[in-house]
Amino acid sequence: MEGFDLELAARPAWRHGDYSHIPFWVYSDAANYQAELRDIYKGPVWNYLCLAAELPGNGDYKTTKIGETPVLVVRGEDGVVRGFLNRCAHRGALLCLEPRGSVKRLTCVYHAWSYDLEGNLKNVAFEDGADGRGGMPDDFDKSRHGLRPIEVTEFCGLVFGSFDPGVPDIETYLGPESVRFLKRALGKAPLKLIGRSTQVMHNNWKLYLENVKDVYHATILHLFFTRFRLNRLGHEGGIIVSDSGAHHVSYSKMDAERGNQDYASQDIRSTGEGFSLNDPSLLDSIDEWEDGITVQIQSVFPSLVIQVIQNSIAVRQILPTAVDRTDLNWNFVGFEGDSEEMTRTRVKLNNLVGPSGYISLEDGAIGGFVQRAIRGVEEDSGVVRMGGDDVTTVDYRATETSVRGFWKMYRGLMGV
Amino acid sequence: MTSPETLQAKLLADDLLARYVRCLDDGDLGEWPGFFTDPCIYRVTHRADDRAGYENALIFADSRGMLMDRVNAVENVSVYEPHGYRHILGASLIEKADGALIDASTSFLVARIMQDGETSVFATGIYRDRIDISGDEPLFAEKVAVMDSERVDTLLAIPL
Repeated sequence: MEGFDLELAARPAWRHGDYSHIPFWVYSDAANYQAELRDIYKGPVWNYLCLAAELPGNGDYKTTKIGETPVLVVRGEDGVVRGFLNRCAHRGALLCLEPRGSVKRLTCVYHAWSYDLEGNLKNVAFEDGADGRGGMPDDFDKSRHGLRPIEVTEFCGLVFGSFDPGVPDIETYLGPESVRFLKRALGKAPLKLIGRSTQVMHNNWKLYLENVKDVYHATILHLFFTRFRLNRLGHEGGIIVSDSGAHHVSYSKMDAERGNQDYASQDIRSTGEGFSLNDPSLLDSIDEWEDGITVQIQSVFPSLVIQVIQNSIAVRQILPTAVDRTDLNWNFVGFEGDSEEMTRTRVKLNNLVGPSGYISLEDGAIGGFVQRAIRGVEEDSGVVRMGGDDVTTVDYRATETSVRGFWKMYRGLMGV
Repeated sequence: MTSPETLQAKLLADDLLARYVRCLDDGDLGEWPGFFTDPCIYRVTHRADDRAGYENALIFADSRGMLMDRVNAVENVSVYEPHGYRHILGASLIEKADGALIDASTSFLVARIMQDGETSVFATGIYRDRIDISGDEPLFAEKVAVMDSERVDTLLAIPL
């Protein structure tokens, strides 16, 4: 009974339909985290797995995770991309030990059970025993011991996976606006990977996903952007929130004349003038979008972020590794057929993003600041009421509507 | 038998690297760009990307001005918890040396010291350096810090 009371104390009531007040226990409660792995990651969602470009040839595989569960994605001899648990059907050992590779068969190191690329068990070592003795019984049926498959789909060069056979098709899952912006960002040619990196964050995965959806902080915490007027809240732009609340797109159009007075009148650090680059070639860009949008930040619930900042394009995968720890896997991309000049432009602009990025390195630390500050006082709540309490698409950005959208989706899936 | 030219190159490389890491760990970061020629190449990457031949880098600069901008950002713009580094260097291997350029590679281990004193191994890897010795003092024409791991804890603000 005592444990029950403690749990109640740590989880005060959360009013039904309230997406504006977020109790802090959701970021630190171990039991809630286990429920998320089950109800969200293994639930009716599409998890980002890898780039199709990472599996160019038949037999190419990549290992990753859904939540904390190891999965593998492999292109079969028929060219079809399939996904499986990265786990041998025999004793449950990890099947592929390396992050990526190319194989004809998937063979377990433990007892050499091997599978074809469609997950069928093809060979069991000593199936007929040794010296005519031992071996598998006659009723052992290899066809019943294949790899456990997961649902897999491809969209715009991205490979997604799901544990739930009932998950909607990807375009229905995303909704028309998310589809439109994913096509804008990634759809014009096959993607080309130009680098990777992993940023280890000392915070719950939701704090990072909220941070991505939180346009409010972007021009305040990330001083660099604001000082160069690449992104100010007054610039033309908006936030699109999918009907479910799950996904969002924020976009803005650079306009050096708009929105600067607002910053001067606020007591925020972002306004410092007189900051100029010694080498402005860092920000040189080539117009490849032709729609005037300079910044597109897009999230696909629960594990994907697409970022386009002029010619800097990144596909970011959010992977929880513990209740208070998250890996952010950065994939920096361009397109097949990019000129040397375009690649160099992307590489220079990528100084803005990644673990060392002028406008993203802070995000590696800010979630940890929350995670530390809420310790022991999880009975309290945070507040996300900028722009009101609604979850709607708006054509301005001084709002937290997309953060509330996250909680709408989250509370629905979790039943909390 | 190591040639006298190689030994001379090793002394020059050792001295430049010793002064370089002293600047990062104990000195004035504002002096860091002065260790490079202009133009120059400074990249921070990791072994997997390096082996795959990927062009991207965590930090990329091709001029002394870009290095000065990195210092300005680290000191005045970027937001992070105060911390410092301690670089421990291995012996430099001289790959090539002529009268104008030295190619050297040197292992590094960087400990990160947070403001509360928590100390951890932040990065290990190898510097691949091209040192220009044609001027008044040796300078890095190219410095590539190849980390062994692609994982970065929290953030990488101060250069390696």
